[in-house]
Amino acid sequence: MSKRTVSKKGEREAGKKEGREGADGEERDVIVDTVARVMIPLSQMFALYVMIGTEGAGGGFQGGVIFAASLILLATVFGVKKGRDVLPEGENAILSSLGLYIYAGVGLLCMVLLWGAAEYLNYGAFPLPVEYALRRGYLVTYAVEVGIGITVATVFASLFFDLAWREDVLGRDEGRRDL
Amino acid sequence: MIIPLDLALLFFLVVIGIAALTVKDLLAAIVLLGAYSFVMATVWVQMHSPDVGFTEAAVGAGASTALMIAALSRLERWSSD
Repeated sequence: MSKRTVSKKGEREAGKKEGREGADGEERDVIVDTVARVMIPLSQMFALYVMIGTEGAGGGFQGGVIFAASLILLATVFGVKKGRDVLPEGENAILSSLGLYIYAGVGLLCMVLLWGAAEYLNYGAFPLPVEYALRRGYLVTYAVEVGIGITVATVFASLFFDLAWREDVLGRDEGRRDL
Repeated sequence: MIIPLDLALLFFLVVIGIAALTVKDLLAAIVLLGAYSFVMATVWVQMHSPDVGFTEAAVGAGASTALMIAALSRLERWSSD
């Protein structure tokens, strides 16, 4: 009961002291803050599980979207500026092309490493010291799907950041606060 | 396949779709579209394709709702027509 009688200003000071200060200096709600701090790592772990936790193809796109959803949650709770600090524009471009290079590069490696005896994207022919079906499963699960997931996550996050970002009247970049 | 459950879910889909078309508040329309995606994910799972339902829940109810709200933050909230 005594905690409820603390004035709004006192609550704001307490929020700043505990590091719950939003982008615009106002304190964030403690429930929103706690839920975001718990849910962001959990959803990122779930995204990794969807991407590489299961044997066989499928799940790269869905895992990437779930990872992007965790970044979107981070940007909506802690401010778009903080989200951009976590994933800057340059790194975003590098990562979104890196995923495509992983996908195409593994397919090309199958062709290159066997001197043209295997086709493009023929993962089963990749020279790994395990049996045929396992080779294909490992490559698809741990290389190709991770590449797809990286590209999808960064492109989705970039879409959201570009929509939510706002420039002020002088043309300077300024993260949108009141999302 | 459970016929009454299917009919109930499809009825919900029609109701939510009509509500999303007629409502004047665009934020409410976006939230209704998220609900539409969620019911649609349930319908996919009901039709024994959980991977499609999973994608629908992740993309339709999660990511695209956030993208549309981000787009709405640059527009007017109330529909004029």
